[in-house]
Amino acid sequence: MKSPRITAAVTLVGALALGGALTGCSSDSNDGSGDQPTATSITLGKDTKVTLNVVGLLPGSTKEAQAALADEVKEFQAKNPNITVTTHDYEWKATTFAADLAGGTLPTVFEIPFTDAKTLIANEQISDMQQYLAAMPYAGDFNKNLLQYGQGSNGDVYAIPAKSVYGVGLHYNRELFTAAGLDPDKPPTTWDEVRTDAKAISDKTGTPGFAQMAQSNTGGWQLTVDTYARGGRMESADGKTATLTNDATKASLQFLHDLRWTDNSMGTSANYDWGTINQAFAAGKVGMYTSGQDVYTAMVQANHIDPKTYGLTMIPLEGDGSGVLGGGTMAAVSAKASNDEKAAAIQWINFHYLNKYTSEDAAVTNAKTQVASNQPVGTPELPIFSQEQYDKYQGWIKPYVNVPLDQMTGFTSKIFDAPLVNEPQTATQDVYAALDPVVQAVLTKQDADIDKLLEDANTKAQRAIDSAS
Amino acid sequence: MSATSAVPRSTAPGDSPGAGLVGGPAGDGGGSVPRRSSVARRRGRNPVTWVRHGGLSALVFALPMLLIFGVFSWWPIVRSVVMSFQKTNLVKPATWVGWDNFQYVLTDPDLPTAIRNTFYFALLALVIGFPIPLVCAVLMSSVRRMKGLYSVLAYLPVVVPPVVSVLLWKFFYDGSATGVFNTILGKVGLGPYAWLSSPSMAMPSLVLEATWAAAGGTVIIYLAALIGVPGELYDAAEVDGAGLWRKIWHVTMPQLRGVLFITFILQIIGTVQVFLEPYLFTGGGPANATLTVLLMIYNYAFGRSLGGDYGAATALSVMLALFLAILSLVYFKLTSAWSKS
Repeated sequence: MKSPRITAAVTLVGALALGGALTGCSSDSNDGSGDQPTATSITLGKDTKVTLNVVGLLPGSTKEAQAALADEVKEFQAKNPNITVTTHDYEWKATTFAADLAGGTLPTVFEIPFTDAKTLIANEQISDMQQYLAAMPYAGDFNKNLLQYGQGSNGDVYAIPAKSVYGVGLHYNRELFTAAGLDPDKPPTTWDEVRTDAKAISDKTGTPGFAQMAQSNTGGWQLTVDTYARGGRMESADGKTATLTNDATKASLQFLHDLRWTDNSMGTSANYDWGTINQAFAAGKVGMYTSGQDVYTAMVQANHIDPKTYGLTMIPLEGDGSGVLGGGTMAAVSAKASNDEKAAAIQWINFHYLNKYTSEDAAVTNAKTQVASNQPVGTPELPIFSQEQYDKYQGWIKPYVNVPLDQMTGFTSKIFDAPLVNEPQTATQDVYAALDPVVQAVLTKQDADIDKLLEDANTKAQRAIDSAS
Repeated sequence: MSATSAVPRSTAPGDSPGAGLVGGPAGDGGGSVPRRSSVARRRGRNPVTWVRHGGLSALVFALPMLLIFGVFSWWPIVRSVVMSFQKTNLVKPATWVGWDNFQYVLTDPDLPTAIRNTFYFALLALVIGFPIPLVCAVLMSSVRRMKGLYSVLAYLPVVVPPVVSVLLWKFFYDGSATGVFNTILGKVGLGPYAWLSSPSMAMPSLVLEATWAAAGGTVIIYLAALIGVPGELYDAAEVDGAGLWRKIWHVTMPQLRGVLFITFILQIIGTVQVFLEPYLFTGGGPANATLTVLLMIYNYAFGRSLGGDYGAATALSVMLALFLAILSLVYFKLTSAWSKS
């Protein structure tokens, strides 16, 4: 009779210990997010040593890219002798981010897309950085449209616009254009031209002329890009109703279906995501695809792209209300970070992401570091601060630019006049997830029923929107 | 047959299996006598005699195991059952939502697809994956020379880490004409096939890799069981004029029955919980053709960057576990009758 009682006692002790550990965790996170730092804690004390874990390069980046980052860390540590920075390879993926976040395997400073910030703030999963950011001289100069993504309902800034502010562009392989008898200086400007050029590339070179992302929510993301470019929207203006069955989305899917099945100019692959389509493009296996304007940097760092082959132009805009889907990357600090870590984090965010846009010295130093390791400088981005500040920055780095800007003029000459459209505001990633199978079905089934597929996806998206609000 | 199955039933159901075996034969006549004496013995027990009989050291020895199981198995199980009735993001305090999570999961338009795909995978894995190791084992056991080499070759895929082998096969399955499999098949005038990019071929492609990766382990189990088949049975069958196939059918198979029953149910449980292959190969695509129940659970919990619908994930997990538990019970009830007949 005694042994079960003892077992019960043991179990109880175990449970209590676990409970204690859990409460320990939760009180930690409360300390992190709830406490308002006093004026003294915004900066680090002289004798306080902090080790800061931050995100670094994409997994599999080149030695040169690693060297450039290591140099940057060295410079930072020379300026901030009491902060030790440890970088971790990182690629944001919708399908792994939540696991990393829940499992506590994210570094203290990590990167998130614009669209995710609001929910992470509401869930108390990232730190309030308002007081720390306010100490920076440029705190009031952010592009307000970008900054609002990272503000909580109390108006405080949690996530900070940091890099890769993009409009989606059409990336094309100049060598394949030439091989197919097309003029690489005259990339397509309408969807019909995209189609005929893709067919020419496929017919003449045997390489798929056009490719589309379809996996890990990128299928939905790019279908939204195509929809915006034809004047459609995925959600109503108030973000409460899914509108996936709109004509522009149908036209976009029909376009893909025609390229895949009528022209046979897309190959057979229906499982590209952001990273793998970059890889395929850099390897010369794709004629054209759509993605953020800044992916050239990633293709240099991780995919050894040959600069001669790269071309970037505007995504064709057709129909009323058409626009370029825009987004970007924010830096966020874990909710579990201590005040010291937050103070260190803002220094790193300033040094690594933002300072170069506002200080000539920082811009030049950064450009020199990158150039020394053959890393890209000058890949087109959209302004994080004002347009004026952006132009100044471009002037500072001009002598160091080493990316083929003249192969990107089709994009850079027009993007600043094009209407930018934000991503769907409610349950963004769920809407994308609902659309992934639709894109895959169109690319893998010749008899795919587009209307029916979109209706099913719309039901799923509406479910997600309802449960999010 | 009726006598053997009646014995366990007549013993007291509350007793431990060991006591049942001992008390069983006496069950018809004076079943109550040993019971009464054991109760009397238990009443005489006290903490002192329990310690004196080594109860404490037994507990100390069991403690690490109890703790490890408790922390890493039982506690998570309890937590997931609790969580399936909650809405939580693991940061803010959880709220109780009753059956909402179950309702949400059961009305998910993807659920029927996932269940269908899971059964399809299990079925394919049975059709392809169940006989192949058996045939391999029977053939290998009849080989006389270089036995070790064949065992190594059969077991080698099991040693390759699963993620590595999936990524390797993903490369083989390249759908373009220059893909490895397409190049090989092209030499005999077949293809090119889309493999993972084709809704109809994706699932069989997954099963093929899964069979390749797992067959070695099952082959070893069968080989060990085959050693236990007495050689005289084959000699007797040969004297009776049986050929190879009749020997396998009438001698090997009945002798392996016990092992086959176990590997069969283990395979069902394993394949119904398939996750690695669809997750790494296709992410459930193309067009949900390889979306399985476990992948859905993963997607609920982690698939959306923000979703983290742990309630729905655990609700579906609990339902899957219940289903498998009931399936196993029914299966063992059925097979325990068969294997004794």
